[in-house]
Amino acid sequence: MRVATARPALAAQRPERAQSPWRRLAAEFAASRLALAALAVLAALAIVAIAAPWIAPQNPYDLAQLDVLDSTLPPGAHSAAGKAYWLGTDDQGRDMLSAILFGLRISLTVGVASTVAALALGIALGLAAAYFGGWLDAAIMRVADIQLSFPAILIALILLAALGQGVGKIIVALVTVQWAYYARTVRSAALVERQKEYIEAARALELPQSRIVIGHLLPNCLPPLIVVATVQVAHAISLEATLSFLGLGLPITEPSLGLLIANGFQYLLSGKYWISFYPGLALLATIMAINLVADQLRDILNPRLKR
Amino acid sequence: MSAVLEVDGLRTHFFTRAGVVKAVDDVGFTLERGKVLGLVGESGSGKSMTGYSIMGLVDEPGRIVSGSIRLEGAELTRLDAEGWRRLRGNRIAMIFQDPMMTLNPVLRIDTQMMEAVLAHQAVSRAAARNRCREALAWVGIASPEERLRAYPHQFSGGMRQRIAIAIALLNRPAVVIADEPTTALDVTIQGQILAEMQRLCRESGAALIWITHDLSVVAGLADRVCVMYAGRIVESGPVDDILDAPLHPYTRGLLDSIPARNVPGRPLAQIPGMAPAPIALGEGCAFRDRCSRAAEACAVSPPVSSPAASRTLRCLRPLA
Amino acid sequence: MAAYALRRLGQGVFVLALMSLLVFVGVYAIGNPIELLVNPEADDAERLRAAHALGLDKPLLVQYGLFLLHAAKGDLGRSFVYNIPAIQLILQRLPATLELALASTVIAILIGIPLGLVAGLKPDSWIGRSIMAGSIMGFSLPTFWVGLVLIMVFSVHLGWLPPNGRGQTVSLLGVPVSFLTLDGLRHLAMPAVNLALLQLSLLVRLTRAGTREAILQDYVKFARAKGIPMRRVVGVHVLKNILIPIVTVTGLELGSVIAFAIVTESIFAWPGTGKLLIDSINQLDRPVIVAYLLVIVTIFVVINFVVDLLYSLLDPRVRLGSAPAC
Repeated sequence: MRVATARPALAAQRPERAQSPWRRLAAEFAASRLALAALAVLAALAIVAIAAPWIAPQNPYDLAQLDVLDSTLPPGAHSAAGKAYWLGTDDQGRDMLSAILFGLRISLTVGVASTVAALALGIALGLAAAYFGGWLDAAIMRVADIQLSFPAILIALILLAALGQGVGKIIVALVTVQWAYYARTVRSAALVERQKEYIEAARALELPQSRIVIGHLLPNCLPPLIVVATVQVAHAISLEATLSFLGLGLPITEPSLGLLIANGFQYLLSGKYWISFYPGLALLATIMAINLVADQLRDILNPRLKR
Repeated sequence: MSAVLEVDGLRTHFFTRAGVVKAVDDVGFTLERGKVLGLVGESGSGKSMTGYSIMGLVDEPGRIVSGSIRLEGAELTRLDAEGWRRLRGNRIAMIFQDPMMTLNPVLRIDTQMMEAVLAHQAVSRAAARNRCREALAWVGIASPEERLRAYPHQFSGGMRQRIAIAIALLNRPAVVIADEPTTALDVTIQGQILAEMQRLCRESGAALIWITHDLSVVAGLADRVCVMYAGRIVESGPVDDILDAPLHPYTRGLLDSIPARNVPGRPLAQIPGMAPAPIALGEGCAFRDRCSRAAEACAVSPPVSSPAASRTLRCLRPLA
Repeated sequence: MAAYALRRLGQGVFVLALMSLLVFVGVYAIGNPIELLVNPEADDAERLRAAHALGLDKPLLVQYGLFLLHAAKGDLGRSFVYNIPAIQLILQRLPATLELALASTVIAILIGIPLGLVAGLKPDSWIGRSIMAGSIMGFSLPTFWVGLVLIMVFSVHLGWLPPNGRGQTVSLLGVPVSFLTLDGLRHLAMPAVNLALLQLSLLVRLTRAGTREAILQDYVKFARAKGIPMRRVVGVHVLKNILIPIVTVTGLELGSVIAFAIVTESIFAWPGTGKLLIDSINQLDRPVIVAYLLVIVTIFVVINFVVDLLYSLLDPRVRLGSAPAC
């Protein structure tokens, strides 16, 4: 018999610490200061958005609070009553800062809600396709492939043109556009995992199918899902903003950041940039923070880059 | 002396976040013109890294820390990047283990061969192409002109390795380093490639360093053998001396583990334990945890001794 | 190879057929097609005439057949707003969109690939990291916001470039193009850069990822062992390998670019099909929407098909098949 071959250098010599995979993930994530900063920014934005009704200086949808004489004031100006408009006002006299806070709330809500819904749908379909195979697999994947070969914005546009405006309808459009990514990712991962022995073992133990799929298969498909989902939240937020900008998204009564930007567009050429610019900055910060976090996650979860 | 390559006190260390990995730790040998040196060791022993160090292909986070490498009298460790580039593929060449991946799958064979010539010599493309065609014929590939226009995936593993060998020998290097070139090939092809290499090196006058984990390969091919363990050369000498009368317990263990050497019916011999991770090497002989002859004295790194003419040994408790 | 091409062609035709079915169902079978296809201001007599002309009194399958027949002849109805055949409207505006899409693709390739190479070769240097941060910014920035900023800076603030419209056009092979005139270029600059940003970021990241993986491969080590200068190792060995996925992705993304042009065209009032679509949606000019959908799907199918062919041409392993001769 041959001399036992040596284990690859470093890993063998680390002391045997029972580190949960989450701990390890957190540690590797924290290795990038940029990603940590992005995560902090994201948390701050989320907190601010959730607390908007309480911390915003003004409720921009309460017409009683608006003074149309205060319209299109530049940042730093003061109202007749002495209230400061830190970021200026729009054409209705709305305080931009408040509008941004509420807009952020809506943008984040729509983005996260649609991603979660799409995740659920995509995971269900992807797992079903992988586990049961056969014609179900072929059907689901064919639909997903065709859908993915079309740009998201086009599909969403056409859907919204047919469905009309409203928060629910936008979420439907976003879910329709996104589910295929999750389904495909989960299916690829699940197909690989399905061959592995622990699934055979679970089958041999006659565990119920649902238990095998949810309890055993799913957790092991999580890493690529986490990456895709994070990026997709940013996509969803961006897509919703774009759709709102084009006038097809949320109604004027619940303006997301995209709609705010659209409102301010006409004032751009006359130099009143703040009506579009600051909501744009808020949108940008949100999306960038999410993407930075997603980037780091992808780097640490990508097996092919590990030497 | 007709020494074409002299390596002395070579140390190649990797500076990683987890610590310093001493992949090559004080390695030295001499290679004579036209001779074959077998560099034997298991995975992780540092034999491949020794080859890379001689080629100057050690990348961050590793680098040659100390030692000297003299090729035809010229000191290599002081070379800059351009100096190394002029040497590689020209005066020293290397052949790698996996012929599937060493040739670029999207470039034609003639492109990959001609660039090796054109990188070092100012000849016309036509002249370079002729040379390549001749080289292919020399390594035993039929209809070389057609083959030049083909792509790597259209060849079998053995053929690809022959092409790699042809490329290595294109500029008539003084030294060829072959890093386990037959490990990925079928056993029957292995024998062919071995014979080919022997013939080619003899015909071109190149000295050959054959890196392998398989002692039996070295037996028929090499003039000298160096046995490596945990980054150090633990024993070296003429091949027959080493195989017939090994002095280091590790070499003895390696020889005994070869199944062909076992008497049928008796349990196969093995060296207990595993080779240590290069990062965990401390003071003392690296083999002592697995050595049946280890003693207190082995806690000190054994110096290199010369138990006989042209033999070296790193052991305080040798077999004879 | 021919079999492969035929198969892909078949798939393309299938998608086209499917799309036509979806459109047909959406427009003709659900709801009142008269409402959808006839000018809402038409009176009852006109509606009756239209119903008969459209064959709406015939069985559904015959209607679908008629629809396909008309579509094949290019008759997809008349625009309510412009009162010319919808297909003609789309084709009039298509060159502008294609010009924009191609200009932005060229910009993205010329800047993206070199940046990606640098980022891939020196991933931990400050330049590598800045390029990556830049690329993240590049696709985080919503297209319409970048357009806004561009207008703010270059039109309002600096006054260098016009904020909307297409410049002077000349006829190239019968198609009006604007990049051959200086005025045209001035108008093309901002929209093209705006549209290019997304593709650029994608290309940078793709090239970087490909380069990082390629550099670790054995053939790179072997090329270096041959004494090939790094310039050639990267420029030939690495580039040719990563070019295949890059070309594939870029080609497939071309469809996305044409779709995203919708946003850019809206911001810069660029007279292309995208703007037409938005206007049509807002004005309920449904024949134009239908025509747009069918044309776009056709373009996508053609692009996908061409990219597939291109891929098989570029990768010798696919083109020649594995036939190892021992």
